[in-house]
Amino acid sequence: MPKMTIDGIEIEVPAGITVLQACELAGKEIPRFCYHERLSVAGNCRMCLVEQEKAPKPIASCAMPVAEGMVIKTDSPIVQKARKGVMEFLLINHPLDCPICDQGGECDLQDQAMAFGKSFSRYQEEKRAVTDKDFGPLVKTEMTRCIQCTRCIRFATEVAGVEVLGAVSRGEHMEVTTYVEKGIASELSGNLIDLCPVGALTSKPYAFTARPWELTKTESIDVSDAVGVNVRIDSRGREVLRILPRINEDVNEEWLADKGRFWVDGLRRQRLDRPFIRENGKLRAASWAEAFDAIAARMKASEGRRMAAIAGDQVDAESLFALKELMTALGSPNIDCRQDGAQLDAGSRASYLFNSTIAGIDRADAILLVGSNPRWEAPVINARIRKRYLKGGLKVASVGAVGDLTYPVEILGAGPETLADLAKGNHSFAEALKNAKAPMIILGQGALARPDGAAILTLARKLAEAANVVRDGWNGFNVLHTAAARVAGLELGFVPQAGGRDVNGILEGAQKGEIDIVYLLAADEIDTNRLGSAFVIYQGHHGDRGAHRADVVLPGAAYTEKDGTYMNTEGRAQLGRLAIFPPGDAKADWSILRALSEVLGKKLGYDNLDQLRRKLYQAFPRFQRIGAIEPAAWGSFGGSGEATRDAFKPAVSNYYMTDPISRASATMAQCTERFVLPAAGGKTGTHG
Amino acid sequence: MLQDKDRIFKNIYCQDDWRLAGARRRGIWDNTKALLEVGPDKIIDEIKASELRGRGGAGFPTGMKWSFMPKQSDGRPSYLVVNADESEPGTCKDREILRFDPHMLIEGCLVGGFAMRCVAAYIYIRGEFYQEAMHLQAAIDEAYDAGLIGKNASGSGYDFDVYLHRGAGAYICGEESALIESLEGKKGQPRLKPPFPAAVGLYGCPTTVNNVETIAVTPTILRRGASWFAGLGRPKNVGTKLFCVSGHVNKPCNVEEEMGIPLRELIDKHCGGVRGGWDNLLAVIPGGSSVPMLPKHICDDILMDFDSLRAVQSGLGTAAVIVMDKSTDLIEAITRFAHFYMHESCGQCTPCREGTGWMFRIMTRFVKGNADPSEIDMLLDISKQIEGHTICALGDAAAWPIQGLMRHFRPVVEERMRAFRGRQAAE
Amino acid sequence: MSAAANTDVVQPDSFAFTPENLEKVKKIVAKYPEGRQGSAVMPLLDLAQRQHGWLPRAAMDEIARLLDMAPIRVYEVATFYTMYNLQPVGKYLIQVCRTTPCWLRGSDNLTDYLKQRLGVGMKEVTKDGLFSIMEVECLGACCNAPMVQINDDFYEDLTPETLGKVLDELAAGRKPQTGPQNGRRASMAEGGPTTLKDIPISYDISRDLTGGK
Repeated sequence: MPKMTIDGIEIEVPAGITVLQACELAGKEIPRFCYHERLSVAGNCRMCLVEQEKAPKPIASCAMPVAEGMVIKTDSPIVQKARKGVMEFLLINHPLDCPICDQGGECDLQDQAMAFGKSFSRYQEEKRAVTDKDFGPLVKTEMTRCIQCTRCIRFATEVAGVEVLGAVSRGEHMEVTTYVEKGIASELSGNLIDLCPVGALTSKPYAFTARPWELTKTESIDVSDAVGVNVRIDSRGREVLRILPRINEDVNEEWLADKGRFWVDGLRRQRLDRPFIRENGKLRAASWAEAFDAIAARMKASEGRRMAAIAGDQVDAESLFALKELMTALGSPNIDCRQDGAQLDAGSRASYLFNSTIAGIDRADAILLVGSNPRWEAPVINARIRKRYLKGGLKVASVGAVGDLTYPVEILGAGPETLADLAKGNHSFAEALKNAKAPMIILGQGALARPDGAAILTLARKLAEAANVVRDGWNGFNVLHTAAARVAGLELGFVPQAGGRDVNGILEGAQKGEIDIVYLLAADEIDTNRLGSAFVIYQGHHGDRGAHRADVVLPGAAYTEKDGTYMNTEGRAQLGRLAIFPPGDAKADWSILRALSEVLGKKLGYDNLDQLRRKLYQAFPRFQRIGAIEPAAWGSFGGSGEATRDAFKPAVSNYYMTDPISRASATMAQCTERFVLPAAGGKTGTHG
Repeated sequence: MLQDKDRIFKNIYCQDDWRLAGARRRGIWDNTKALLEVGPDKIIDEIKASELRGRGGAGFPTGMKWSFMPKQSDGRPSYLVVNADESEPGTCKDREILRFDPHMLIEGCLVGGFAMRCVAAYIYIRGEFYQEAMHLQAAIDEAYDAGLIGKNASGSGYDFDVYLHRGAGAYICGEESALIESLEGKKGQPRLKPPFPAAVGLYGCPTTVNNVETIAVTPTILRRGASWFAGLGRPKNVGTKLFCVSGHVNKPCNVEEEMGIPLRELIDKHCGGVRGGWDNLLAVIPGGSSVPMLPKHICDDILMDFDSLRAVQSGLGTAAVIVMDKSTDLIEAITRFAHFYMHESCGQCTPCREGTGWMFRIMTRFVKGNADPSEIDMLLDISKQIEGHTICALGDAAAWPIQGLMRHFRPVVEERMRAFRGRQAAE
Repeated sequence: MSAAANTDVVQPDSFAFTPENLEKVKKIVAKYPEGRQGSAVMPLLDLAQRQHGWLPRAAMDEIARLLDMAPIRVYEVATFYTMYNLQPVGKYLIQVCRTTPCWLRGSDNLTDYLKQRLGVGMKEVTKDGLFSIMEVECLGACCNAPMVQINDDFYEDLTPETLGKVLDELAAGRKPQTGPQNGRRASMAEGGPTTLKDIPISYDISRDLTGGK
């Protein structure tokens, strides 16, 4: 632990850190533009210069390692002069267009100019203009504003793993570009906007929409995948205007993938804002009372065993709990939250959690992907794997074809037979897992959402056991979910009750006329053609597949419009919060269920969310431990039966369109057009 | 004046064949094995004792630089990189070694590379030196064919490779870490230091970057002894030096002289004097574009070595002497340099990227006189905002010529402005 | 500079090295340690430029492929160094050194002469495709100022008249002698050396100076 003196304060700091970090430990703020904790050190902006005693000139604190006995001054005349100088140089060619710049109000250059700059300009020469570049539908460029800090280049190269950005030409002609207008084909491109310290890279869809100080900021959780990225929802009035990541080192560090950031326009389009009832084959607007009465009438003519409920991928735990209680009260055992048919075993937590934890990836030295494409199923987790890969000493292999994951992947085989070989130890990678210090198996929904999924789950468990992937202090068995609601659903048992039907059974029953009523709680990823002549109640927020087939539509709330708990793929409970109110007559989903229960004469025992949560916590205490994760006990799980030889198919076929919100988003449609269709030869299903 | 017998470079005018046969006639490759037999550490000691200072501009003691290289490999190979990216305006000395005595350099590579326990030398030559590169490559091929380098180089039992790498037009690649970046196939942008190349250099391996002249003189130093070399010149400023004299002299030329030769003697004896006579001298830039100019009265008796020139706030730099007589528009002369630095700035760090262009544009107005005298101080202030604040020394190099101009010829600049205002008022 | 933004240039759709040049590619790559083939990017760009006459983007893409580099990294290199011509140039590219040592000895006269004789501006190609001119920074032949580089060759100690003769020769399809155009030997002082006087001139320097490649 070197001892050093910073502005007269003696401080002991960890060896190996930089002077800048040491200054921060000493409580001294060092201005910077190019430096970023999660990127390599460039040292090019020169804003962080500090004075080091006995050094002939000021040093770049971001790049200088600490050393015993260093004496640093962060506010001496030399430092002040250096900062003023750098500020002046950065501003001479920077346009003074703050009034029309989207970065205005949250601009590092603006802030630091105020703090460290001069109040006037000595520059009389002509300013430089730089041609804007085409970075695709998400990132807007105004390259004259660029201060060449190269954060974006380093992010793309290092974190996103797409080497498409660079700085061409040299000297004052140096320009950040893709050179040939290619767009940034990365699911993490929106982070470039956050990283850009000036208004060179801004959000294209958000352009000229609002000023930061007009926005109400609500801390919440992303539901576009099962990572549980911590986000901040910025809203004005009744509109969500943008979504930004928050820092959570254990979950998303500070990244947010593009779908969860840019699907904002999807939250405004195709919304269900009032109840509907199907009459003479057509949906007509109705009052809540009419809708509830229609449901009550149909239910009276049926019985619990002939009813069923399927929960969607973005439903909050509270609503899942309420619906489960309602179905139980109605006498229906037919409930399922696995609308993709994934053969997950709710009986064993270890069987469906990402047990190593996301942060555990940092320790992994061998990873086997099984039927998973983390780049599209969980881009932030994929970035974490890449980060680990860049540190060196990580081997990644896959059973099942994957595209470019931004790190090398050895493809071991296509499907279950390779997994079986591995489990039997007939493959060198089984040995690699066994010999690794922290081996991981990542089992994707592509391996489980198929009829032989239970057998594959068993094979994966056998491999985990044979390769000793679960050991003291380390559980390397991981399931990577794609649905934000899935783990909560499994945790609180939103799966067939004794004698009940699963999703496939429900749909079969509906087709055969054995199921009369199907309650779809924001479930749109099923084959609605298989609902036969069942009476379908659709409760959700978008006029998507489920609503189109429904007999009664109950307008619910999107995740931005309600308070709700989500449990991510690790089993970490996190709180989503209401940022704006639902549109029109739409309501928070639990309250719809509560109101309906009363009409059905099965009144649920809570009148507000707090009361509901108390019941939920009583029954399932893990939901109360917000932010925490609890290791799951290992045990036997999985199903019997033979796995087929069918190759694993990706769970997500188009990253940009996987759910009702993203399907409603014009921005996501543009991304599909730009990044997915060309790669797929112009054809792909838009369903994920 | 240095006697021919003490001149190290005997073929800078190509009086004799530059190929191996001619080189051997001049004593190059003469029992090189014996030079190596004393062992790496003895060679470094001898170079230290010779007090040789780097000939590329900075003047860092060569023996000490060599001693920074690891004596024991940690598994990584070590490299010698020769900086043949000669691009400092005014400088054209390495060119003569490269094209007219390439074997001196190659033998130096073996000696230096052996002393630093390197596996290979990469010679990075500026791209524009095409003929020079052809000669050097031909010489390398000859040396391989003759067993002088390669496996069991010169019969020493030591394996050593020499490769030539051509640049493609970038002054900044003369900065050692930019050169390494370029050699690795990237833009020539200087690296942050630490780590220094001796720890993390080419391909992340220990590396020493030496100038062509520095490397080329080492075999002769070993042959003739450190004390011979150290006995030439003045203390700490020893040996011989290739001087490049350009500009307003009657006979511009490259010439090898003793370190510390008076500037006037250099110009009068070797270059036919200043055009129009010594009294027609206005100023001299004594060490390439990056060092501040000297007015005539300092030139009258200044000695050409590191410490003498430093004492007058200039520098020996590359020993490229640019002579300017009284017909010279000094403001334009320096503006041309300002343009040079703007053009050659790599663009990586803020003060240099933004400041060099700004200074050039102000200087362009100064040439016309289209400025207020107060802007001179502003320009100097801007130059100080660049100096010492950049990753590499290009920022300093851009600042110094302007500072030198203002230090010695500020009235000339002010007069230009007055004249401009006078013309404007008249119109 | 700012070649990145130059969209006027008509780019060929593809580029391939000739079989002979592919052999050279192999030799060049072999100079560098295994896994460090990126070092070969500059020599390969040079090779491509020599083959094509200038450096089109397709060549950069091909080199990126050959060296397993991201294309953007090749673009960065190609736009950073001044010797890569990202747009077509004349058969003879005349680069006039404009930096102070040459300027002190009259480089502006050379530039003026060239502009007038050829009737083109900087970086423009004459109608016959024979010449284009460019002002460049110091080429490192300051003791032989003023000088120009034409393709690979230096022509030194020039006046507009002697430069004119060089152009006449080139236009006539001949190879003028390179190096000093005033009869002097390399950077030896004019009229004979002041040092190394006892060394007889035994080497015919014009062997190396004539013809370039």
